[in-house]
Order: sequence, then structure tokens, then C-alpha cells
Amino acid sequence: MNNDWKDRIVRMSGAAVQKCMRCGKCSATCPNYGEMEYHPHQFVYMVERGDTERLMASPSIFECLTCFACVERCPRGVEPAKVIEAVRLEVIRQKGANHLKPDDLPAAADEDLPGQALVTALRKFAK
Amino acid sequence: MQKLGVFVCHCGTNIAATVDVKAVAEALGREPSVVVSTDYPYMCSESGQNLIKDAIREHSLDGVVICSCSPRMHENTFRKAAAQAGLNPYMVEIANIREQCSWIHKDREEATEKAIVLGRAAIAKVLLNTPLTAGESPVTKRALVIGGGIAGIQTALDIAEAGFPVDIVEKEPTIGGKMAQLDKTFPTLDCAACILTPKMVDCAQNENIRILSFSEVEEVTGFVGNFTAKIRRKARYVDETKCTGCGLCTEKCPVKKVPNEFNLGMDNRRAVYIPFAQAVPKVARIDPDWCNMLKNGKCGLCSKVCTVGAIDYKQTDTVLEEHYGAIVAATGYEPIKVDRYGEYAYAQSKDVITSLEFERLTNAAGPTSGTLLRPSDGRHPHTIVFIQCVGSRCTPEMGKTYCSKICCMYTAKHAMLTREKYPDTDVYVFYIDVRTPGKNFDEFYRRAAEEYGVHYIKGAVGKVMPRADGTLDVQASDLIMNEQLHINADLVVLAAAIEPSKTARRLATMLTASMDTNDFFTEAHPKLRPVESPTAGIFLSGVCQGPKDIPETVSQASACAAKVIGLLSKNKLTGNPCVAHSDEWMCNGCSNCASVCPYGAITYLDKDFRMPDRSTKTRRVASVNPAVCQGCGACTVACPSGAMDLYGFSNSQIMAEVDAICK
Amino acid sequence: MKFAYYPGCTLKNRAKALDRTARETAALLGIEFEEIPEWQCCGGAYTSAKDEIATKLASVRALAAGRQIGDGRVVTVCSACYNVLKQTNHEFAVNPDFDFKVNNYLKGEPEYHGEGGVVHYLELLRDEVGFDELKKRVTRPLTGKKIAAYYGCLLLRPSSVLAFDDPENPAVMEDFIRALGAEPVLYSMRNECCGGYLTLTDRETAKRRSAAVKESAREMGADYMITACPLCLYNLTKNTDEPIPVRYFTEVLADALGLGGE
Repeated sequence: MNNDWKDRIVRMSGAAVQKCMRCGKCSATCPNYGEMEYHPHQFVYMVERGDTERLMASPSIFECLTCFACVERCPRGVEPAKVIEAVRLEVIRQKGANHLKPDDLPAAADEDLPGQALVTALRKFAK
Repeated sequence: MQKLGVFVCHCGTNIAATVDVKAVAEALGREPSVVVSTDYPYMCSESGQNLIKDAIREHSLDGVVICSCSPRMHENTFRKAAAQAGLNPYMVEIANIREQCSWIHKDREEATEKAIVLGRAAIAKVLLNTPLTAGESPVTKRALVIGGGIAGIQTALDIAEAGFPVDIVEKEPTIGGKMAQLDKTFPTLDCAACILTPKMVDCAQNENIRILSFSEVEEVTGFVGNFTAKIRRKARYVDETKCTGCGLCTEKCPVKKVPNEFNLGMDNRRAVYIPFAQAVPKVARIDPDWCNMLKNGKCGLCSKVCTVGAIDYKQTDTVLEEHYGAIVAATGYEPIKVDRYGEYAYAQSKDVITSLEFERLTNAAGPTSGTLLRPSDGRHPHTIVFIQCVGSRCTPEMGKTYCSKICCMYTAKHAMLTREKYPDTDVYVFYIDVRTPGKNFDEFYRRAAEEYGVHYIKGAVGKVMPRADGTLDVQASDLIMNEQLHINADLVVLAAAIEPSKTARRLATMLTASMDTNDFFTEAHPKLRPVESPTAGIFLSGVCQGPKDIPETVSQASACAAKVIGLLSKNKLTGNPCVAHSDEWMCNGCSNCASVCPYGAITYLDKDFRMPDRSTKTRRVASVNPAVCQGCGACTVACPSGAMDLYGFSNSQIMAEVDAICK
Repeated sequence: MKFAYYPGCTLKNRAKALDRTARETAALLGIEFEEIPEWQCCGGAYTSAKDEIATKLASVRALAAGRQIGDGRVVTVCSACYNVLKQTNHEFAVNPDFDFKVNNYLKGEPEYHGEGGVVHYLELLRDEVGFDELKKRVTRPLTGKKIAAYYGCLLLRPSSVLAFDDPENPAVMEDFIRALGAEPVLYSMRNECCGGYLTLTDRETAKRRSAAVKESAREMGADYMITACPLCLYNLTKNTDEPIPVRYFTEVLADALGLGGE
């Protein structure tokens, strides 16, 4: 149980993990559920429990599409996507922890890829 | 010099844990006029009250200050104790050092200091108190029940059985309410109509009950024991005294495509109609929005076929004025609109329905004669998904903050009955929690799961997606399996939250009865006075006070009736002496007070006054009817000349309190 | 009607058609777009973390510049720019700490406190031009065409901030399609994610998401799809094998208004 970490994530995200009533609507609504090891309701619960290491080490945090469907439909106003974003920032702000590096880009991009995709991905996945 | 006693209550640890009660008693004991000051663990207990009584007698006290809980809790207790010891009960003041001090502070030193200040304020006030004597008023021995659902019906029947006349005012053309629309009732599965309609008939036949259907209360004046209500009897264009309910007009009416509200718009009725077969009163009504005769004067068929001449196209609304001793609010509920939860596709697909619609689809008197068919294509659904908590248990932005309480059980009923009647149907229930605290409730739910094979899945539905083949792709989470599921369903049933009737807010204003933020009527005490409104003479029956199922509603309805009967059995009521009065010499006749008085207690008189120069002058002055005044004090604030004042809460008393606090 | 225009970076390279048709159709409809001078990229994504200030400054500067033009509202055509600018502007209204920190960064530039605004071109068509009026201006109606509007996420969510349309059952693009004489196709996935920027790090996911969206539109009988977002268009065309064409809403508008060839 890491309370400092939990408080920092809550403060950073502005999301209210303690309001979660464990209904699972976020996970029911998540379009990328199938690609995740931990799912939106678990993100929220793990933050609430202060379960730092497992969550930060999980590739699931890079599978969130930030589509905000969970935020829109959560009956308790928990805003899971904002929680996940805060955890992701917590990871990539560490030294050398960028999930996407500029060197990776040429391989991933093709000539039609809009610049929007590049800047968005870098903003999400790199500090 | 007056002699005062101060009594500081510990309230167990409620006060004593945060406030140093001994220090408070000691400090207040040093105040001028205080001759005795002491503390005690439970001042409201018999021995606590005896302590007060003994002190009053021993020290010949002129006034008493009790530092304890809110006056709403025990002011009456202590006033009675004082009266028993020979002290005028209005010479008792309460300093609220619990709700307004110990419960809301943490720091013991600060709380103690505040308790002393509150005690000083009460002492300052009681020094200016004068003995008051309450007046009496008679009781009109008739009750008004607003709302004719199962709650209103049960309350009315019980009051009538006790021998008092009752009027039921129902806004719809028939009594019966929501229960009349239900198919079977949990947990015994008896048919709703079979147990409700005899009670409806009892109402019609009971000579103490008058049913004012298709009517609405428009205005209420007066006070406990002496209410006057104006009731609008809406034109139904059919003479209620002549109509026999034969139904011939409803068969001949050529306007056939009117959405039938009794079946929630899932089939049609005529422009002239009787809501359902067992309606009470069984009287037709013409719907002016659809009737050709009323719209453009072309038709008149119903009038021609009516053998008793009951059709009256010229009927107009009438207003009935009636006097009552007690008023019961039994305005019930409505399911919320589920369109706003767009992820469930209620607005997109006919096969996404609410639970109340499901009731009609399984009811023998419903649009499908009780065969469960999909609204879109009239085929048997083979996979049904029930979604719980739609709009319940939400943040205020997302829906209702409360649990609607009835959904878990009626869903178990729906699921069980579906599996019993159509064993080839797969039934899924998505739940957050299954809440079954009631007699034989959990056993009922377990039967649905264990004996009837209903699939209960802990999780939520994220989205319902109508597909081109007419099925519904239900995307949901299964929290136990930690999986996201897709169920291809034929029918989705939403357990919509329930909310108080939209008419309740207007009624509460009329009755000056308080409501909570959800528009449920507030009870006088959540535990100890659950069927009374804080406004004297107003009683609460059924869901208008909070979500309940039928057994609970009926219990509460009877409890409510008992309270009404208790009131109507009295010949006289003791009033509240803390009422407004006007100093006629200071009053300038401006009418400000009359315009702010919510009870209509103030009138103006032209009175002759002997002036200092011995001439006689006629002046217009305010006069308060003490029987109607509730002592709210609005007039004393509005009065520009300071003529209006309140017994027991005079301007000078309040200023003395403020001075004592600010000292 | 003159509005500040914020094209955004993608409209200057890969989505030039979106920029061109937006300007042309607006001009035809009597709306003047004045491009904000020296605008910078909005960042493509709004970072919801409360301690992210510097990444929002480009948006703030665009909003600050835009308030000088027209009624002070900035028009965007790209969904992502719309989302980022509008969320940024909203933060001023609800978060005084953000306002304070932003203006510390802006020292030497004019202060900004959220007095500007953001409006999407679709909203202009709905609220300023009006779909009834638009219908009258159509010279080449798209009669008989079944068009599926794809909203994606960025136009709709979070709805408490964007207030663009009903987030679950939006209508603006369907009304737009009707105004152009075509028939809108309703399908469930129109407000679900296309995979977005994940195409860079997990292309398979983007493919699955886009395929699901397009299948849903095809199942409901769409001839083609329209969108306002260049990244959505990319995913729906490059990351699926589904042959249904995807076009920018402005291209379809230009066609219906008789601009360009054919």
C-alpha cells in the first residue's frame, strides 16, 4: 500500500478513485479491453489500493486510447481515463522511460500518416 | 431579580466527548441570575427530568436553560417537565450544544468555549421570556388523501374504517396507480390486479370514502385540523353520475390510434376510453386532444350510442372547496426517462424497454395479452438481458443518488417468470449488488438463480448496439471472470430508477411541507416520526416519502392512517403560542407583512383610535389570526416600523441572544 | 460573419483537402475565416493531468490571438484541435491554479483568462448558417446516397466540457447529411474510438478498432463515411481492408455546393 503514490496520482489526475462503486461499467465500455492485462476498473482499484509496482510495470497503461468512453459513462464520476493518464505520466517521466522514442517513428509512420498522430503519440508516450 | 437554572446534558459521549460539560456548567453558573447550574449524563431521562423539576421547586426558578441536543428533539420533553413542576413551559430555553457544537467540532477547548457562549445566549433570551398560554382550535373530522395508488387507497380505507370521512383526489381518470399496471408481485407471485382491484372496489363502496378522480388539488390554506382545499375537477366530458361504464362509446369511437398510456404507448386506445377493465370509477373519459367532436365539432358518435345520455361535450372544469382536518400526500412515483442513457439505445431500438413496459408485455391485459413478444417484430425473444441500476446510485450529474430499492426484486421476478413460461429463453441479469433485505426476498432471488437458471452476472453493461439483423449486441463486463462479454440479445430490459411524481414539488409548496433534494417528502423524524411531515397535519404515505415496495408501502400507508385517525379523534388541538402580534400604535398599515405571510394569517382592520389630542382617528392596522399563524417570523422581518413581533421570539430576545454571543 | 480560423498542423500537410474545402465552402456560405497569425500546433492531445501546463501554452496562445478576431471564437475543422482548444479554454473557468500558472508563463505577452471561445465548423453550419439555409444552398444534392457519419471520440467527449452534441446519440452530422440531400446511416460504432494514435505503437489494435467501426457502418448499409478528423480518416482507410470510402465532411459539402469538378 503506497499512500504517497496514491495521493500523487489522485492529485495529478483530479479523479476521484474513492467514488468507485465497483460496477465495472468502465470495463464494460472500454473499446480496447481485449488488449489489456489490467482493465479500467482494475486501474482505479489498484490506484485506490496504492498498488504501485504492478500497475506501473504493466503494458496495459499504454493500451488506453484516451477515448474517454469510460469517463462519459461512469455513473460515479470516477474518470478512469484520467487516472490512467496520470499513472502513464508517472511512468514516462522517469529517466529513460519514454514508451515511444523519436527514433521509432520512421519505422512506424507511412507517408499518409497525419502529423497529428505523431504529435499525439509523442505527447502521450514520451516526456 | 429572576432566578434561573442551567442544566448541561452529556448526551452520553455525544456532547461530553467534545465539550467539557463540567466547565460549561461551572461557567454558566457564574452568570448573573443563575442560581443553580449542573450537568447530567442524560438530561432527557426520567431522572434527568426529575433533576430539573426538583431544582425548579427547590429554588423557585423563574426560567430554565437546558444545554443539550436540538430543540427539535427534546424541547417538548423539557417543557412538559417544567410544566409539571409548576413553571410555565415557555420559560424553558434550549441551547443546542450537540448538533450545533459537539457534533461539528473536533477541538475540545474551542467546542467548550462555544458551548458556553451558546448557553449565555440562551440565558440572555430566557431573561426576556414571558409566560405564554397556548390557544385551542377545533378539528374538522375529515381527511384528504392526495393520490389514489395503493398507498392512498390503503390510507383512505383505514381512515374510513375508523369512521372518518375521506376524500381521495386522483389526477388520473381512475384510482389504482402504478400497482394496477403490474403483472405479478414479489415474492409471493400473486397477481397485482387480483389483490389490488378488490381494494379499489372497497374504496368505491365505502360510504366514508369519496373518490374525486381526474381531479387535482389547486390550493390549500389553513392549518392542522382546519385546512381548506380547492380541488379542480377536470372536465372528462362524461357525466360521472350517469355513465354506467358499459363501454359502448369506447367501441364505437372512430378515433382508434391514440397511444394507450396504461400500456405505456405500446398499443392504442380510442379518443373516448375507460383506462382499463377494472377502473374505479368505471367511467369513460373523452380525450380532448383526439376527439373530433371537441376539436372541430364533427362526429358526436359516442353521444348517439350512449343509452343514458352521459356524454357532455360542453362539460367544463369545476372547482370544489372542502374542509379537512388532515391531509395525506400519497403522490407516488414515476420511472425516470431512460433516453439520457444513450449507451443503452432505448431511443434507437424498440426492443430496449423499461421494466414497467416489461410488466405490460407479460400482463394478460397488456398489449400482447400476456405473451412475451418483442415490440419490434412481435417475435418471441430467446435471449433477454436485464440491466440493473439504470439511473440509480449515480452522482447527481449522472442520475439519482439513491438506490431505487424495488428493482433487484422485480428483476428477479421478471427473470424467474420468463424462465418458467419460456424455458428455451436465456436470461441474463447484470448487477452491481443484488439487494434483497425483506421477508423471503433473498430466498426468492436465490430461487431465480438456482431453480430457474437465471444467469446472474456481476458487472455492468457498457453499450447496447442494435444490429442490422434486428438483434442487440450487448457489450458488458463480467467482473468475476474479469472478462468483457458480448451477448447477442433479442430484448434488453432496463431497470429504470424511480423518482417522485412531478406533481409532488408543487404540492409540497402548497402544503408548506418540506422535501429533500430528490423531491421526496421529508418526514418529521427519519426514525421516530416516519409518516408525518414536519408541517403539522400533513402526513406521508408511500413512495412520495422514499422508494418502497408494495408490502412496505401498505405498512406505511396504514401507519399514516393511524396518525391521521389519532388527529381526527381529537375535538380540540392545542395551538402554538409563539405567534406574531402587531403593536397597533406602531403599525402604519403598509401591508408588507400580509404580502410575505405564507399562511394568510394577517388581515387588515380599520380601527378607531383615540389620539393624544383626544380626537378619534380611523387607522388601518394589521391583525394576526393566532390560529393560522405558524410563527415563522417572516412578517417581523418585513415590518418597516417594528410593529410586528413574535411571542417567544421577540426582536428584543433575538438581539439579546446576539449581544450575548458577541460580547 | 468573420471568425478566427485555426487550421492546425495536419491541415497544412496530410489533410490539405480538409483545409481547402473548409475555406472554400465557408467563403461560399458567407463565412470569412481569418487565419490566426503564427499559430502553433495544439499538441494533438489534451493531457488531463493537472500539472501539465507548458504543453497547453500553444493552445492558450491561439485562443488569446483568436479573441481579437470576429466575436472572439476560434473555429476549428479538425476534431483533435477542437477537443484540445476547448478543453484548454474550459480549464480557465474551473481551475484558478491553471489560470495563475499559465499567465506566469505568458509574462511579457497579454494575459489570458479564458475569455475567448472555440467552435467547430459543424457547429457554425448548424447554428450560424442553419441546416435549413444550407439545404437551400445545395446545388448538387447527394440524393440517394447513404452516408454514415463517424464522430469518433474527440468531438463528443468529455461532453461535460465540449457540449458539442449528445455524446451517445449525436445528431449534428446526420442533420448535416440530410441537409445535403443524402440519407444518414445510424450505426452503433459512430462514437467509438478508431484506434487513434495507437496506430504508431500497436498497429494491430488500431486495425481491430477501425475494422469494428467500419463493419458496423457497412452492416447498416453505408455507401461511404464522413469524418472531421484526419487521424480517424487515416485509420479507417489505411488500417482496414473494408472498401467503404471515407471522406472529410467538408469535401462532401463542397460537392453538394457545386464546388470543384465532377
